[in-house]
Amino acid sequence: MRPQDILMPVPAGLCCKPGGFHIDPVRPVERAVITHGHSDHARPGHGAVLATQETLDMMRLRYGDNFARATQAVRYGEEIQLGDVRIKFHPAGHVLGSAQVAVTCKDTCIVASGDYKDAADPTCTPFEVVPCDVFITEATFGLPVFRHGNAADEVKKLLASVALFPERAHLVGAYSLGKAQRVIALLREAGYDAPIYLHGAMEKITHYYESRGIALGELRRVKGAKKADLAGTITLAPPSATSDIWTRRFPDPVTAFASGWMRVRARARQRGVELPLVISDHADWDGLTATIEATGAGEVWVTHGQEDALVHWCKARGLAARPLDLVGYGDEEEGEAVAADEAEA
Amino acid sequence: MNRFAELLDRLAYEPGRNNKLRLITAYFRDTPDPDRGYALAALTGALSFKHAKPGLIRDLITDRTDPVLFGLSYDYVGDLSETVALMWPKATLAGHNNPPPPTLSEVVTTLRTLGKTELPKQLARWLDELDETGRWALLKLVTGAMRIGISARLAKTAAAALGDKDPHEVELIWPGLAPPYLDLFAWLEGRGDKPINRDPAPFRPVMLAHAIEDADFANLDPGDFIAEWKWDGIRVQAVSGRDEHGHMQARLYSRTGEDITGSFPDLVPSLHLPGAIDGELLVLRERRVQTFNVLQQRLNRKIVSPKLMKEFPIHLRAYDLLGDDENDLRELPFEERRVHLEKFVRKLDDPRIDLSPTVAFDSWEALMAARADPLSAGAGEDAEAVEGVMLKRRDALYLPGRPRGQWWKWKRDPHIIDAVLMYAQRGHGKRSSYYSDYTFGVWTSGDEGEQLVPVGKAYFGFTDEELLQIDRFVRRNTTEKFGPVRHVVHEPDQGLVLEVAFEGLARSPRHKSGVAMRFPRISRLRWDKPPREADRLETLERMLKDVTAN
Repeated sequence: MRPQDILMPVPAGLCCKPGGFHIDPVRPVERAVITHGHSDHARPGHGAVLATQETLDMMRLRYGDNFARATQAVRYGEEIQLGDVRIKFHPAGHVLGSAQVAVTCKDTCIVASGDYKDAADPTCTPFEVVPCDVFITEATFGLPVFRHGNAADEVKKLLASVALFPERAHLVGAYSLGKAQRVIALLREAGYDAPIYLHGAMEKITHYYESRGIALGELRRVKGAKKADLAGTITLAPPSATSDIWTRRFPDPVTAFASGWMRVRARARQRGVELPLVISDHADWDGLTATIEATGAGEVWVTHGQEDALVHWCKARGLAARPLDLVGYGDEEEGEAVAADEAEA
Repeated sequence: MNRFAELLDRLAYEPGRNNKLRLITAYFRDTPDPDRGYALAALTGALSFKHAKPGLIRDLITDRTDPVLFGLSYDYVGDLSETVALMWPKATLAGHNNPPPPTLSEVVTTLRTLGKTELPKQLARWLDELDETGRWALLKLVTGAMRIGISARLAKTAAAALGDKDPHEVELIWPGLAPPYLDLFAWLEGRGDKPINRDPAPFRPVMLAHAIEDADFANLDPGDFIAEWKWDGIRVQAVSGRDEHGHMQARLYSRTGEDITGSFPDLVPSLHLPGAIDGELLVLRERRVQTFNVLQQRLNRKIVSPKLMKEFPIHLRAYDLLGDDENDLRELPFEERRVHLEKFVRKLDDPRIDLSPTVAFDSWEALMAARADPLSAGAGEDAEAVEGVMLKRRDALYLPGRPRGQWWKWKRDPHIIDAVLMYAQRGHGKRSSYYSDYTFGVWTSGDEGEQLVPVGKAYFGFTDEELLQIDRFVRRNTTEKFGPVRHVVHEPDQGLVLEVAFEGLARSPRHKSGVAMRFPRISRLRWDKPPREADRLETLERMLKDVTAN
């Protein structure tokens, strides 16, 4: 069986005809298999949803109890038969509950990896290499200029700045699902034990992380805190809030932003960031290429991001490769908009 | 090198002056000699490496990476040094054998003696050893393209702060110092004596004037003051002295003490008597002072061509004398210094240096009349280059800084127009949550009837309270957003009229309106005025004609 008969891109997303489902569909479908909780991958309105317990919980938190007609939780390593195919979830290391989906039909195995990273992250299960025939990879940071380095060093940079400017508040823009909790956990690992402040929009999801046993230390809400008391503190906020009127409650804030995009100066400057922190929840160039090699896949499908460079790299190594023209997935950090009332919360 | 790279990296993003100072001072405090000295040299522009050209860097990366991947990356990043720094392949040496990354001192001292042919190999070795930020800083350093918004003055101020010294003190001894400035840091940290400036032509901290307000005149007696024209050029200090070999050394300093001699080699031969002149740098053509816009062609030039010197002949108009040969005149009253100055300029007898004339007056009214009409008050053909008058107390000693009540500047009234706010953009740093950069326009008749044409941009002049008001107005009256720019409603009956003050006007083919303002700022918010009553482009064109007709 040809791989494209097992999985093929259609306007609703990646469709598995023999299994009767779509992976991370961008339009409502009958049966959806969802890799992780970010809003460009996990959307409401499907009939049945198959995902990890964490992903299902996050969708419930975000969209309410009726986000789908029926749900089924799958554990990592658990195998499920759907129509003519078998699927199995493997950790993707992207955010809490994120999974790669291995789809096997007869003797052909395709892994749809969703978003992934091979770097250490104290807030989620480590990425696992899954040997396969066809590997579907993201390419968010699919250019050789993206090499993310050690996230702990970036957190050191933040703490050095806090020490140098004790009268200023440090405002760290971070995506509210995953990145924020990882930054908090990294701060704790670095020995920072002062209370960390949260923008209202990230409270729910952060408390959910804590309920799953991820220790984040003392957290406080910014709302209600006195301006003077915020001097010398660290606050996590959605990226869009860091250039908002909301920031006026902080004493002379230093604007930081935790993102893989911060590797490129023009991107950081565009956003008016004063302290760029290169902390990414996606694999960097070295991670992408090392993973492709490790899977042993002879064919690679490349989606959302810088497809051209990665396809070129694969072909130069004799691998069959093509861009998968899926639309509707982007960098969640870019897309995240905070509603006005939420921003004030 | 990595620590220096971190500093450069942080400075590149930090908008606030005080915060930049603190970052640099902290670096000087934490970094040992001689690294910090070479860092100070790099920040003050005292280092240059002649062999490292962008072409060499490009060759290095081409040898090491796939050209397609390099092309895609360069397109994305947009900066050669940064692209190379980011995609430089990881060294393949065994982990435990990796040499430590080079120190800044190692880089600087090696580059000083390295031949052109050895450079690529050495550079490649360092690039292997450094991390991303380190590589970026190294490439910026060796190509001399740091562009991180740090002036030499700021770096020296940061060094001074290390020992709680006045930056002027550092400025005074600076010409006698050389990298890596061990004696300077020893003095700043209280471990050594103050270095002596053996420079034969040292800079002296300048004396500045306060802007005079109407209310000040009541307490001032015209008889206590001497008045001069205030020229629209740049303030300089021209110093000459003999070095230990008896050779005359001449230097030109900006008001902050930066050595700008290199930009004005044509003035050096005129400074042939030992002394220190305080004066205004101007461009004169056929003995007439040209506008500031003309002078601007001569500013910040690293290379000065004969053509440039011929087309923009430089001139020094002297108004004070701080030193005459070996004698320090700064402790004398202004009136006496003026006598010395007149004698000195006569003795120089050089067409490029003349005396700034005094303005005779016996009452403030008379001076006001002279200020309003310099042409008939003695400024003659140069009246257009006069931007006001200076008032100096007859008994004022030459004191550095801005001592109260000694020198006053009384500018001519600025030009004022009413313009309509068209676009607003967010500010930087403290102002990053405020719409504080404004593009404004005036009316003109176009193809579609009456329309507004942008004539300038201003981002200061308003009070904090007014900033809040404009910010609120912008947020409530946005019609479209383009990235960071908001289109603000600007209809004949809807919109905000800004009173804009500016210093001068020039024709500019680069602006759609054909005119460019000098030093525009918001002087008042005209909430009372409907946009339809704002000024028209013809008004500006008339002002332009007045300027050129005079």
